[in-house]
Amino acid sequence: MMDIAIDIASWVLLALGGVNLLIGGIGVLRMPDLYTRMHAASLTDSMGAILVILGIMLQAGLSLATVKLGVILVFLLLTSPTAANALAASALLAGVTPRTGQSLHLSDSEARE
Amino acid sequence: MLTLLLILVLAWLFWSGLFTPLLLIVGALSCALTVYLVRRMGYFDTQLFTPRYFVRLAGYWGWLLWEVVRSSVQVARVVLSPSLPVSPQVLKIDAEDLEPVDQVVFGNSITLTPGTLALDLHDGKLLVHTLTREGADALCQGEMKRRVAALRSV
Repeated sequence: MMDIAIDIASWVLLALGGVNLLIGGIGVLRMPDLYTRMHAASLTDSMGAILVILGIMLQAGLSLATVKLGVILVFLLLTSPTAANALAASALLAGVTPRTGQSLHLSDSEARE
Repeated sequence: MLTLLLILVLAWLFWSGLFTPLLLIVGALSCALTVYLVRRMGYFDTQLFTPRYFVRLAGYWGWLLWEVVRSSVQVARVVLSPSLPVSPQVLKIDAEDLEPVDQVVFGNSITLTPGTLALDLHDGKLLVHTLTREGADALCQGEMKRRVAALRSV
């Protein structure tokens, strides 16, 4: 009985993670410029990764594998923003100006000094 | 310094449970290399990471996880809506009052949350790109920054 419950929970997490990855992919295709695409891509490497790894952890049960998966998740969550920062900073440095929305935020003019 | 070395050695030994000479030598080398690099980075010169910091960090991660879930749903909604209602903003956030390490924690938290992306960190000023105007407004309220600052407050 318990096994079935854990299995169902795990499959729900895996499926939700898969949906997140899919939406992230659709977002990357639909977004207008590099920076907005990165927002869509961050769906895959934050929420997608969290859900999929949690799902696998439930499958692995109480074992060393679960601990390792947890550590992998922490490392992923520490390194993927770092990679995203590096990408965004180098795009900015290379002269890709972010397109901003029609109604400009007040602090936007400051940022363009 | 010895504490860190001890943690690293124990982590290496328990990780695989294999004790072949090759693995032990590689392990000893990588532990020593890590301690050397961390020392070069000036980790031991500052008392930035106390046990209490890590306890609070766990609480912060819980809150951050909730933020990630919430903003994931928001971004997914934007992606899936036919009109694609993006209104990207670039804004500058002042983080000078945070320790440099905390500025990094703050910036990485911003990037980790879908819908907000830290572009640049210079002189304690963070340049942030947000997918929607609402995201920019939420960030301007500064709850995340308050929580990062609270990690270190006495």
